[in-house]
Formats: sequence, structure tokens, C-alpha cells
Amino acid sequence: MKIKDIQNQIVEEFDIFDSWMDKYEYLIELGKSVPIISPSNKKDDNIIKGCQSKVWLHADSDNGFVKFYADSDAVITKGIISLLIRAFSNQKPKDIIEAKMDFIDKIGLRQHLSPNRANGLNNMIKKIKFYAIAFSKTD
Amino acid sequence: MNILKNIESIRNDFPILSTKVNGNQLVYFDNAATSQTPNCVIDSISDYYKTLNSNIHRGVHKLSQLATEKYENSRKKFKEHLNANCTSEIIFTSGTTHSINLVSNGFIEFLNEGDEIIVSQLEHHSNIVPWQMLCEKTGAVMKVIPMNEQGELKVSEFLKLLNNKTKIVFINHVSNALGTINPIETVIEKSHAIGAAVLIDGAQAAPHFEIDVKKLNVDFYVFSAHKLCGPTGVGILYGKKEWLEKLPPYQGGGEMIDEVSFEKTTYAELPNKFEAGTPNIAGVIASGIGLDYINSIGLKNIKEYEDYLLDYATSKLKEIEGVKVYGESKNKTSVISFNIGEIHPYDIGSLIDNLGIAVRTGQHCAQPIMDYFNIPGTIRISFCFYNTIEEIDFLVKALKKAIKMLS
Repeated sequence: MKIKDIQNQIVEEFDIFDSWMDKYEYLIELGKSVPIISPSNKKDDNIIKGCQSKVWLHADSDNGFVKFYADSDAVITKGIISLLIRAFSNQKPKDIIEAKMDFIDKIGLRQHLSPNRANGLNNMIKKIKFYAIAFSKTD
Repeated sequence: MNILKNIESIRNDFPILSTKVNGNQLVYFDNAATSQTPNCVIDSISDYYKTLNSNIHRGVHKLSQLATEKYENSRKKFKEHLNANCTSEIIFTSGTTHSINLVSNGFIEFLNEGDEIIVSQLEHHSNIVPWQMLCEKTGAVMKVIPMNEQGELKVSEFLKLLNNKTKIVFINHVSNALGTINPIETVIEKSHAIGAAVLIDGAQAAPHFEIDVKKLNVDFYVFSAHKLCGPTGVGILYGKKEWLEKLPPYQGGGEMIDEVSFEKTTYAELPNKFEAGTPNIAGVIASGIGLDYINSIGLKNIKEYEDYLLDYATSKLKEIEGVKVYGESKNKTSVISFNIGEIHPYDIGSLIDNLGIAVRTGQHCAQPIMDYFNIPGTIRISFCFYNTIEEIDFLVKALKKAIKMLS
């Protein structure tokens, strides 16, 4: 599925919930399915700066498709990163680089992040794009 | 309890307290970060720009004279509040951080390589970093007073650190992260005995109890107006006159000069020497109004009521399974720092934020304390005199809901 379609799918899923607490409950649930980063890659170099909680992100390339793995010590953060991974994992570097990131705004998540937490989110997206750029040069 | 009887009318003085968040009434428990602003302070700022706006200390016209009078009247209010000797011992800055930087920067002149300065493990970063910068510039060495499990300073260790190389000791009166009230009387007395100066960061103390700088015999006492119902952008630096006279100016500019020529400039007398440029006139005047408001309620009443909230909240929180409170000194103000089991403080903060409860999560700009307890951070609730028992009950309910969602 294309990144854009996955993003639309996520927006539709979140639309079902009326209350913010329900949305968060769903986010927490989604966090449980994050492809967990291997212990050897769970190192300081892979920590994303600017997050209140710790977030580790790593990627590898499989036949021209980028795969992301992550973990966090906070479950809500894990939920957020699970959405990003769902949208961007198993995609081609070029598609990731060119992708527009609007589903976070559409599900209203950004309004619920204070500027310093939103800064952490921006850094997650930046790191995902950096990986894609790196793999676009090696492939 | 006077406050309890008048709580409704006190709350009505703060328009922001009627804010709704996601349909819930705002519960503001982040008072250690900043207190909310009463109508009288908001009106003062508005009135200033409507009726007084002008530059102070130099205009011959009516507006400038009136604005100067009000600005200087604010200085008088803080002088009286702190029981300082004279108004020239009160310097207006932009905040506690600015006040600390003004002093630490001046100490460049007084320190030599190998001199020692003493900080505590309980400090906010703003009372660590400026002094580290001072050490880098002068070659002085920073020593740290350790704390115990209860979050109290180890006074015996402090005494061991003091020696004839110690030039200045700087600690907070109350820890922003744990709420511990530090034994500053002892620290001041013992530091003076060996000839060291003392700066007390009173940012978390001034809103909660009375400060008498003369009785304390402290050299510098600093705090921010925005934690005392005033606006942001105004800090107070109390300094003993002899120290402020010795300290070099921090910034050059207008207002801080006596005579200027290209060959030589002489500096103005205190307090203008430290107030270069156009100050935050509206803010300083409004800070005085905020102080009046606090004093109209009375710091004794405030202390009594906030202690009541602190005791109630502490016991209610401890009834929740897995709650661990950090900082359990018997001597503390209305701050509770805690975690719940293995749950990340950020997760709790995010969920209860959706229910309209404002708390602080994270390291509270006090990383050394978090390192001591080996935790990523805490959830911190901090009270003001407008908070209520009902709000604490709502917090407890919200926490239980969050725990259920997260486990």
C-alpha cells in the first residue's frame, strides 16, 4: 500500500473514536505491535533527541525497501512511533523522502502535543527521512 | 482557615481558572513553574499602557514622572516585603536566571584559579550552569553538597566542603523538583564564618512563606515575580549594599551611567547601575500589584492552607498502589514529585492532560536529582492557594483511570 493510502487509513481508524481517551487507548494498543529494535541496536547513537521519553529508532534495507525498528520507555510514545512505522516501513527510500506527513495533524495528535513534545515528533520524522536518504544513496 | 472560607472569591480573581480543557474544568497543578495571574495584575498591565506608558527616569513630562513614581514604588514594596535596608538593595531583572547570571558574572572579578565555589545537588539547572561558566572563565572549582534519600542536603558534608578557598555558596531555599526546604540559615552562618558569600535562589520559596533578608543575613536573594502572581519577565535581585557596590555592572547602556565620554564612563549609583536600558516598566509595576495581592491574602495563611493541601494530597496519593514519592523531608513546601510503578511519567502526564489536569513531567531542569534516584523523571504536582481539595480528589480519580489504561 502507498504511504498516502496508509495515512488515510490511519485517519479513518481514529475517526471512529469520539473521545480523546478512546483515541489514546487505541494508540497504547498500537504501541504493542511496534517492530522492536534488536538489543544490539538499542544504543545511545540510535536515541532520538528532543523526546521526554527515550525513543530508539533503527532501520535496515531489504531488497530496496526500508524497514524500521523502534522502542520507547513510554507507551504513548511507542504508540506514536508505531503509526510512523506503519506509514513508512516497507517503502522505497524515494517514496519516504517525498512523502507528505499530514495524518498526524489530521487525527489531531499534534494539538495534543506540547511544543517540546511536538519537537520530539518532528525529530522522529526527521530521523526516518534521514534513514531513507541514506538508503537512497546506497541502493 | 481564612483561605478555605474565601476560596470561591479567591478563585474568581483568576480568570484562567474557569478555562475548560476537553470539556473538563482546568485543574492547574503546575504552580512551581508559574502561578496564575489575578485580575488586578492583568488590569495593571492594561492600565499602564492605556494611561501611563512612557519611559522612566528621564522624561520631564507628567507621564514619565508618574510612571517613574509607580516603578519606584514597586521597588519600595519589594524592599519592605523582604525587610531590606534600603531600596537600592533591590534590583529588577528579567527573572531568577537573569539575577543569578548578574551575580555569577560579577564574581569573575573576585575569583582566581583554584578558588572554590559550592553548589548543592538539589539545584535547578539555572543555579548550576551560570556558575559552571564562571568556573570555565576563572579556573575556580565547583564542589557539590550531596543529598540523602529523603531529598535533604547533608549538612555535615557541606561543613567538610567549606575551607578558606571557598568564595561563594549558592543553593536554593526550596528545591523546585522535590519541595525540600533547605537549612539556609545554617548554610549562611557557616559560610560567613569562613568569609564566603552566599546566594540563595528563592524562586520556589518566595511564593510560599515570608522572607526576611536582614534576619537571614544573606548576601544575595533572588526570585521571579511570575511565581508570585505577577507577570513573566520580572525578576528580583536582593543584594547587600556593600556587595552590590563591589559587583561590576552586568550590562552597559543607558540609565546605568553617570557620565559618558569616549575616554571614560562613570557608572550610576545603585540600583540604576544594574538596570541598563529601558526596563520592563509595566511588568515591574504589575509585579508590585501581584505582591500586594499575595500580601492581602497573607503568606502565613498561604503557608497554612498549602500545607493542608500538601498533607491531604500526599496521603491520598500514597493510597494508590505503586506510588513512590520522591523527596520526603518533613520540611517541605507544596510540591509532590512522584512516579507510579514502572509507568513512565510522560504517559501519565499525557493522559491526565486530556482530562484537563496540568502537571509537569520530566526532569524539572534538575537532572542531577533524577540521576541520584536513577529515574527518567517524575510527575510533579505543585499547589497554589487557589487549589482545592476537590481538585486533588479529581486528580486521584484521573490517575486511577490513567493507570488502568496503561497497565
